[in-house]
Amino acid sequence: MRPFEYERAGSLADASGMMGDAASIIAGGTNLMDLMKIQVMTPSRVIDISRLPDMDRIETHGDGLRIGALVTNTALATDPRIRAGWPVLSRAILAGASAQIRNKATTGGNLLQRTRCPYFYDTAMNCNKRVPGTGCSAKGGSGRMLALFGTSEDCLAAHPSDMAVGLAALGAEVEIRAPSGDLRTLPVTQLYALPGNRPDIETHLNEGEIITAVILPAPRAGTQQTYRKVRDRASYAFALVSVAAVVAMDGDTIAEASLAFGGVAPRPWTDASVNAVLAGAKAENATFERAAAQLVPDAAPHEETDFKRPLLRRTLIATLREATGLAGRVDTARTASAGGMQ
Amino acid sequence: MTKLTVNGQSHTLELDPRTTLLDALRDHLDLTGSKKGCDHGQCGACTVLVNGTRVNSCLCLAAMHDGDEITTIEGLGSPESLNALQAAFVEKDGYQCGYCTPGQIMSATALFEELKAGQPSYVSEDLDRAEMTDAEIAERMSGNLCRCSAYPLIREAIAMAAEVKS
Repeated sequence: MRPFEYERAGSLADASGMMGDAASIIAGGTNLMDLMKIQVMTPSRVIDISRLPDMDRIETHGDGLRIGALVTNTALATDPRIRAGWPVLSRAILAGASAQIRNKATTGGNLLQRTRCPYFYDTAMNCNKRVPGTGCSAKGGSGRMLALFGTSEDCLAAHPSDMAVGLAALGAEVEIRAPSGDLRTLPVTQLYALPGNRPDIETHLNEGEIITAVILPAPRAGTQQTYRKVRDRASYAFALVSVAAVVAMDGDTIAEASLAFGGVAPRPWTDASVNAVLAGAKAENATFERAAAQLVPDAAPHEETDFKRPLLRRTLIATLREATGLAGRVDTARTASAGGMQ
Repeated sequence: MTKLTVNGQSHTLELDPRTTLLDALRDHLDLTGSKKGCDHGQCGACTVLVNGTRVNSCLCLAAMHDGDEITTIEGLGSPESLNALQAAFVEKDGYQCGYCTPGQIMSATALFEELKAGQPSYVSEDLDRAEMTDAEIAERMSGNLCRCSAYPLIREAIAMAAEVKS
């Protein structure tokens, strides 16, 4: 690691005040430490927010929940309220990383983790995200971990989070604090900037802004929820493709569906036109095929990523068979307070 | 200065900010049971308990753990008096070279507590029912690699220790 100054922030205002070009916030540190060791990230100042008070709480927020940015992945996935009301979030988090990592990784840090594109990690390679303007070695390289959607000429990288995919299917929002202390919220899918010609700019956070919480909307009682992840080994690997599904059934008809996709884009990917194909349709393979045809692009940005097109189609169909109760196992959201989809 | 309580003993260390918890344990406190495998959180050989929770000590800055209680393999049993997990690993031959073993045992120590607390895993059929099955042990231990591939015997040792404990 390059030398850095270590500062423990006493408050969020304190942390905002210490931020700047050469500074990094650290909370769980599971991704930042890795990147600092290989000198992909070389902050000269590391601002520790891990002990800020009250940010590790999950609290009632209207009909939903407010999850503090410092809530660990383990605490979130295993919280009895989350398991009951938003089970797809528990499943998505538990599909990611290892127990050791989930014990340390935080909600805010999970959202802001960097891509695992191998060319971003290898400082001997060109990467427009790591060093703007140097080119993209992924283009002529291996395409296995790259994205299908939202890429640009300058960057083919995918966002690696499972948690964010669950949050996207649930319509969660991110709460952001400006240096002035003002708070704003963004849907989790809109937190991320697509790469365009500036893949180094990954979010819509402004200078000095800090993610303070994630807001979950009211639970959708009776919805069937599932998270399906396909990867190169059975556990502790990033998604090649993943699908989060929240489905409200009316007999054998899909009343409403909210889907999100992981491992295939620079952000948790959503497509309202796919949800629209499913809404009001009979739960059967022909419906799922139509949804897949609506979603899957005609070509991949990299020839070695082409395998993700049939993989995504099949994973979507398999997930929908589970979520609609045609096959396998599904979690049904429970709550006394709300009925149906909101 | 960073204060760490390791296996019940208090230590005050003056450390470069870059020092990881793993390096503090191994290089400053001479507790070399925790191993440095990948140094990137991928292998789990450095697993220790921080305030009772298992983490990869290679991904922790020691300074961030000022005041915390750390448990390492040296804090479990002794060569004369192995604890149930250590004895089960010997009994079942749950290793070959032994390099990953301290991490495996620390991880399994936490696994028992996580199951007791009812924490589900990715393979749990029901998010509200956590059980000690072979598939659950495999999933919950996936953050600990064994390059000798002693996995079946590691899982047997953990299952055996779980029975001894209950």
